[in-house]
Amino acid sequence: MIPEIGHFALIIALCLALVQTIVPILGAQTHTVQWMAVAKPAARGQFLFVAISYVCLTYSFLNSDFSVLYVANNSNTALPTYYKVSAVWGAHEGSLLLWALVLGVWTFAVTMFSRSLPDEMVARVLGVMGFVSVGFFLFMLLTSNPFERIFPSPAEGRDLNPLLQDPGLVIHPPMLYMGYVGFSVAFAFAIAALLGGKLDSVWARWSRPWVIFAWVFLTLGITLGSWWAYHELGWGGWWFWDPVENASFMPWLVGTALIHSLAVTDKRSSFKSWTVLLAIFTFSLSLLGTFLVRSGVLVSVHAFATDPARGLYILIFLAVVIGGSLLLYALRAPHIKSSGQFELFSRETALLVNNVLLLVAMLTILVGTLYPLFVSAFDLPSLSVGKPYFDLVFSALTLPLVFVVGIGPFMRWKKAAMNKVLRRLVKVAVIGIAVGLALPFMVAGKTTILVTLGVTLGGWSIASAVYYLLRNVFPAESGAAVMHRLGKIPRATWGMSTAHVGIGVFVLGVTFVSAFEQVRELPMQFGQKAEMSGYVFQFEGVRDVRGPNYSSKQASVRVYRNDRPVALLLPEKRTYLVQQNPMTEAGIDTGFLRDVYVALGEQIDGNTWGMRLYYKPFVQWVWLGAMLMAFGGLLAALDRRYQLKFKREKKTVKAVMQENRLAGPS
Amino acid sequence: MVILLIGFSSAVALVLYAMRQNIMLFHTPSQVVAGEVQGNKLFRVGGLVVTGSVVKGNDGLTTEFDLTDMGRSIRVRYTGLLPDLFREGQGIVAQGLLNEKGVFVAQEVLAKHDENYMPPEVAASLKKQGVLLPYPHETD
Repeated sequence: MIPEIGHFALIIALCLALVQTIVPILGAQTHTVQWMAVAKPAARGQFLFVAISYVCLTYSFLNSDFSVLYVANNSNTALPTYYKVSAVWGAHEGSLLLWALVLGVWTFAVTMFSRSLPDEMVARVLGVMGFVSVGFFLFMLLTSNPFERIFPSPAEGRDLNPLLQDPGLVIHPPMLYMGYVGFSVAFAFAIAALLGGKLDSVWARWSRPWVIFAWVFLTLGITLGSWWAYHELGWGGWWFWDPVENASFMPWLVGTALIHSLAVTDKRSSFKSWTVLLAIFTFSLSLLGTFLVRSGVLVSVHAFATDPARGLYILIFLAVVIGGSLLLYALRAPHIKSSGQFELFSRETALLVNNVLLLVAMLTILVGTLYPLFVSAFDLPSLSVGKPYFDLVFSALTLPLVFVVGIGPFMRWKKAAMNKVLRRLVKVAVIGIAVGLALPFMVAGKTTILVTLGVTLGGWSIASAVYYLLRNVFPAESGAAVMHRLGKIPRATWGMSTAHVGIGVFVLGVTFVSAFEQVRELPMQFGQKAEMSGYVFQFEGVRDVRGPNYSSKQASVRVYRNDRPVALLLPEKRTYLVQQNPMTEAGIDTGFLRDVYVALGEQIDGNTWGMRLYYKPFVQWVWLGAMLMAFGGLLAALDRRYQLKFKREKKTVKAVMQENRLAGPS
Repeated sequence: MVILLIGFSSAVALVLYAMRQNIMLFHTPSQVVAGEVQGNKLFRVGGLVVTGSVVKGNDGLTTEFDLTDMGRSIRVRYTGLLPDLFREGQGIVAQGLLNEKGVFVAQEVLAKHDENYMPPEVAASLKKQGVLLPYPHETD
């Protein structure tokens, strides 16, 4: 019964989404106020019904209703409750439902925070978002219904993929989807502006906080995914350039470009058509990413052959959304006038360079990710584009980017005074070079040219961001004056500086861990000691451990440094009872300056096991840097300029409500 | 405009250069045995681990096994911990070089985290050999 309610709610949500798409957009084109007014209630109703549908599926998981095919394939009675909740998005059908739910959440948020906008704009924005919803609901109902029943129903479920049974992966997909789908707001806004033919900088101002919020979620989502891979895969890596990872990284890169380009459009009325194009790209890549990961096309292009309906639908949907919006862009873009003029040496130019580098980085990743797919689709000799390609291309593009990050903030809009900028940057450069020369020796006692370059750029970007933030604070007469001046710095500036410090921290982390990490693979007997990077690892033994749905061999490895115990690590080799897959759980001692990491291999004989030991300097800085970027984004999104706008909105709301009261019920 | 042009053209050059240096071709064991692989470049080879062929070395870390596409098979040697899902009969992909004795010395062995998963190249090359593959999700 409950699954049928869920299924039915999904159909109602589809109908409401159709209404939400067609009526308001027609209303906006024909200036019919009543039709435009349909947008908000339809959107809220759509959200309500997709939420009901989602709750129904979760309920089926919690009750282990294995007559539902999707539940039977992805759950088990022994699965712990919190994994039953997260198993809802453990595979294709459910993750589409989560996607649709998240789109509902963002749509609902737009209906709540759009009161200061012209009605036509609201109608078009919600209409476009409704269209995307329609696409997803139809996809689910036609090809991927999560509520499909099986008869006779199995007594026991096939269990959730053990790989997904990890706290990191409980929150990773929702965060990622909040990011992906959040970009639909900027997309809808860009399309609405194109439809209305009115592209002013008000549009940019309004979509800025939305884009930044979405970007913050995406940043957190990607960071969590990377952190999960580090913990769960037992290979000690934090990024593999796997197509699944690339799929989430591409919208992030273009989203980052969009944030910066929106700033130009907002402040200087420049880059207008470019910004619109970026908004389209960002969301298109989000869609592409969702489908790449969830359709199975990455495992094999021929996965489509097993279910041609799905593949065909995806291709048509992508063609309609991306092709349609680019067509609209091509028709309307020539009429967009960018008014702001700027000189070569200006903040606009710095941000343009930023945009070009980010976009090119995205394109190289896109090529590297899709090229093997194309090749295998045409039955050419198969090949793979691996880590060396991405490492080379990406670092060649990001190092200049980090350099520009240090310069950009000091440039003034329109025209910057070259000698003034240079005078300040010399100080920053001196700090950066000093850090680059000294830090590698303090950390590892040696260096290479690449390490020096990376550390210098990391130090440069941190020094520049801190210097920019505090440039007007010091010298100060008293502590009170410092506090006063700090308090006057707008949140957006705090946010930008924090995010740029985050980039520096990230670069330092990546440089150190990739240059100086140590790994040793060896067989170890009970009681045996092994030494690496000044740490002594003593293998104490292995014991059997029972989890709720797995059995496990747990090794205990004590780590010493200078004869003092530092940590007790408990790496595991788990076997999940239902799917019988072995899984490695690494034992990790996390530290600010280094991680010590042990993975348990297979049993060689009685008391001897294969072991993999890692020493990873600064690896936590990789995620720390990413978290700082996300935190910086959050600060920027909460800037007072946007809040003032919301307060003004509340006043308008009151005014509107009074008006309504005066007019009486109609 | 100029900046855009410089940016994109240098990117194209970079991609082409990186691709030439870092693309890895995939070969089947039959192709390797037939001597189709030339030069001293890393490549990938994929197939099924022949049942009963896995031998452990005395150091506890080196593993040798035969890899087959059901036509011909080659000997593979790998030193290090194998992935969790490495086992006899499993489809795997190995990355490395051929030594002068015709043994494929792997630097990396990949097996995906799904017992039904077959690396696409392996599936394709098995299909060429006329081996019928059970559909992943209908096996149980």
